[in-house]
Amino acid sequence: MGRFEFYGPGLPAVDAHDLKGKLVVVEGTDGVGRSTHIGLLKEWLESKGHAVLDTGMTRSALAGKGLKAAKEGHTLGGLTMSLFYATDFADRLENEMIPALRAGFVVLTDRYIYSLMARATVRGADAQWVKGVYEFSLKPDIVVYLRATVDELVTRVVQTAGFNYWESGMDLRLGDDLFDSFVEYQGRLLAEFDAMADEYGFHVMDTSASIQSVSEQIKSLLEPLLLPA
Amino acid sequence: MKVYGKHRFPGRLFTVEGIDGSGKSTQLALLEKWLESERYGTFFSEWNSSALVRDVTRRGKRKRMLTPMTFSLLHATDFADRTEQCIIPPLKAGALVLADRYVYTAFARDVARGVNPGWVRNLYRFAVKPTIAFYFRISVDDAMKRLVGGRDAIKYYEAGMDRQLSGDIEESFRLFQGAVIDEYDRMVDEFGLVVIDATGSIEEQQARMRAIVTKALTGARKGRIRRWVDLNSTAQASRP
Repeated sequence: MGRFEFYGPGLPAVDAHDLKGKLVVVEGTDGVGRSTHIGLLKEWLESKGHAVLDTGMTRSALAGKGLKAAKEGHTLGGLTMSLFYATDFADRLENEMIPALRAGFVVLTDRYIYSLMARATVRGADAQWVKGVYEFSLKPDIVVYLRATVDELVTRVVQTAGFNYWESGMDLRLGDDLFDSFVEYQGRLLAEFDAMADEYGFHVMDTSASIQSVSEQIKSLLEPLLLPA
Repeated sequence: MKVYGKHRFPGRLFTVEGIDGSGKSTQLALLEKWLESERYGTFFSEWNSSALVRDVTRRGKRKRMLTPMTFSLLHATDFADRTEQCIIPPLKAGALVLADRYVYTAFARDVARGVNPGWVRNLYRFAVKPTIAFYFRISVDDAMKRLVGGRDAIKYYEAGMDRQLSGDIEESFRLFQGAVIDEYDRMVDEFGLVVIDATGSIEEQQARMRAIVTKALTGARKGRIRRWVDLNSTAQASRP
């Protein structure tokens, strides 16, 4: 079929033309409701008879544990953290997503390279360098970008899990406390996402509407993709 | 982010490259002894030594779960941690940093594993360009004769067994390290590596190294510097 291609040179010994499934990415910053929407999509896709693999960041068999341990120590420098995430992502891409795509699954991933690129750039990495690093990855079939303003995010975070160290970018020393830092950090991430939206053809979803209505919009975006070839 | 060739520090960075059995580590240790006897502050940094990444690398290797891509990225992660913690700070402090293996190890091995040469060069663009990068050139056959422990000393990934070039570890080592040598040879001009004939006597090689390093020491700071390990643990203790 040859629907899939890589952003750049790709992965050694992986032929993108062997891949049959669909790669669906849900992107967006922290607290925007990605996991809620992924849950709803998974249920819907499975009820329509599609096999679904859902996967997310820092869960790889190889680097997942090490990354968690390293973050607990708060000793990672910006470059090191960016590359650790890239390793973790590559492991999941090669060992989870690609085998599932080969088997014809719909792969539903909570974040993809765009979050990782945004975080790295915000931490001072050169944008062209970051882009080059992730050229081993597959171009997804669709990227659904759940967008919220910083004000909306603040409200949600306060009502749910509260501010955490990394989601507030505290390692960057952007503000005096978690709140100030969160606002500044998430603002910078949003700017990166907005800049990528055009370049990578994101489908931007305004998440100020109800969960139900956003979910319906996402489903109608996916429908054409799911038609038999 | 500073990129390769754009860093300017008061210290100096000397690196050694070559396949296992080329004698590069012996030569670097001798160089370090000499520099210390000349009262320079030196810091030693070796490949694959970041405490943060080491456990993941070990586990990945033991369980043989590394692909060429994750092998490459994991080593780059390790190298980034070393660059941020163990290479740049001492260079800023005016020390002489001695690195056993550097980015060229990754360029040689990863490309021999099928990774795209341009991609891996971009991956390491954050690296500091060495003051002098030595390359100890030796043939696979000569290197194998020197491996302490012979056949049993050959490691799975070092032999490129993951590439399934041959079921025999010795033959696989020969083929894989041969490809690594080809990549090193290609890099001599590209990166201006200083080639040392590793078949010469240890004394001859060391004399040549010292003569070359001497020229790069004009204006370098003397005087012992507090071991970076201490500086590093102090810095970590003061973090939140």
